[in-house]
Amino acid sequence: MSQKYYLLRNREIPDIDHISVYLANGGYDALRKAVNEFQPEELVDLVKKSGLRGRGGAGFPTGMKWGFLPNDGRKRYLVVNSDEAEPGTYKDREIIEHNPHQLVEGIIISSYATKAREAYIYCRGEFLFGSEQLKRAVREAYEHGFLGENILGSGFSLDLWVYRGAGAYICGEESALLESLEGKRGNPRLKPPFPAIAGLYGGPTVVNNVETITNVPAIVTYGAEWYTSMGTAKSPGLKIFSVSGRVKRPDNYEIPLATPLRTLIEEYAGGMLPGRQIKAVIPGGSSVPLLNPDKLDTPLDYESVLQAGSMLGSGGCIVLDDHVCIVGATARLVKFYREESCGKCTPCREGTYWMTDVLERMEHGLGTPDDIETLLDVADNIGGKCFCPLGDASLGVLVSAMKYFRDEFEAHVFEHACPMGEKLYDTVNY
Amino acid sequence: MKPEWSQWAKEAKEQFPQANSSLLPLLHRIQQAEGWLSDETIQDVASLLGLTTQYVESVASFYSLFYRDKVGKTVIHVCVGLSCALAGSDHVMEKLEHKLGIHEGQTTPDGQYTLLEAECLAACNLAPVVQRNLRFHGPVDPAELDADAFLAGDGNEVNR
Repeated sequence: MSQKYYLLRNREIPDIDHISVYLANGGYDALRKAVNEFQPEELVDLVKKSGLRGRGGAGFPTGMKWGFLPNDGRKRYLVVNSDEAEPGTYKDREIIEHNPHQLVEGIIISSYATKAREAYIYCRGEFLFGSEQLKRAVREAYEHGFLGENILGSGFSLDLWVYRGAGAYICGEESALLESLEGKRGNPRLKPPFPAIAGLYGGPTVVNNVETITNVPAIVTYGAEWYTSMGTAKSPGLKIFSVSGRVKRPDNYEIPLATPLRTLIEEYAGGMLPGRQIKAVIPGGSSVPLLNPDKLDTPLDYESVLQAGSMLGSGGCIVLDDHVCIVGATARLVKFYREESCGKCTPCREGTYWMTDVLERMEHGLGTPDDIETLLDVADNIGGKCFCPLGDASLGVLVSAMKYFRDEFEAHVFEHACPMGEKLYDTVNY
Repeated sequence: MKPEWSQWAKEAKEQFPQANSSLLPLLHRIQQAEGWLSDETIQDVASLLGLTTQYVESVASFYSLFYRDKVGKTVIHVCVGLSCALAGSDHVMEKLEHKLGIHEGQTTPDGQYTLLEAECLAACNLAPVVQRNLRFHGPVDPAELDADAFLAGDGNEVNR
């Protein structure tokens, strides 16, 4: 289907990752407009009016976040979180690999708005091509005078660095990201103080997601009214959804918020693989609870998905079909959190190990009737008791799976085997 | 210590002068050249940046992409996240294990290949996805995978 893209402009314009192509297609016009027509405070107001919310997962209003920076004369920092590693989410990777200049332009405008003089892109270590693309885009932006001293004669100056992480999901948590950027282990910090007060190098810092910042040039170009014309009053605008799992066309889809989940899966992603029925959907990355198929008509906005019993999160939508063993799928996800727990606090470090052990034991037919209660008990001792959100994130799918599919967990125990044959993938025949 | 390392340390410190921000870039650069970070390398980096060996070790050991054991010339990461598992990543891993005669986490005796699990590489549209020296390859059809050709470095690298 043909559509106009505002974030994934690379879908329409080949080679837009090169500055000449980006410039020929209106690139950096938004920056020119921002520095010529807006005072920084007016830009913050514009983003507030647009209702743009953080696209990294939490959905916090971006303009409000910018407004938290104290006016105390300290040097400010803008840090862009490009540590995309939430299972099921791959939207930021497409932006940084294929439309990096829109991100860079968004960073410059956002830094102008927040009066930051230094900006950093924290790019996850696994994105080797992505970090190369970003470094090239930043170099090209310097060469064209969009970065450095006195940008476009505005008197505003900005330096931007690309910083490579080295493999740690926890560094997507903003305070752990800042620790890592300071050359430390990526352990989260105690909050408060929040980064707006004491962030990078102790200075006032805004941490925004890649997709959030990529929205900014479009909002400057087309206006806040354009943005609020899409979505709902509380969740306006565009969002990229990453669809994966048992659908015909797993891909990124840029659609207005409040588009029904059914439309995303059936029209955009082409529906389920032939002969398969939908069993459950993880709508917002691996950290959020499952939705049952009866919730397919839920509009994909922050409030509606919450009301349906899950969260919009990062927009990473994993679709499970009737051939997927829910215990096996849950075991796989909880193992992810075991691997990625930073080990700082006990409930998360030990709890994720314990839950993975029990789930894998169950999946292999070695579970005992006590195990079901054990899982719920361990989950109860993690929920709300961890230092950072990672512990809670490990529970979303598990707790909802045990609620909706308890019979499957029990069948694993009482039949001493996985009824689905311990398979997450079942069409290989060799 | 290689003679060029002190120059690299100087450059890293110039680029990232605050806190210990120069540490990760320097470790990346040295690992790029050496393949891995030995105990001696950790000591050298510590002295180059004026840090303690224990501190550098604590940081290096935190991140999965800093190899504290010797790895093969080609490091293969098979993504085993849920989306890739749903598309058959376990079979891909199995095929590569059989072909290389090693288990996940091991290096072939000739020092050519290291086979590792990766936790979600954020490329679920390419599931099942594999990285060869951090370059994406996918979707790798588990039934059709020609392990010989893949290991030899044939085509299908994707940048999308």
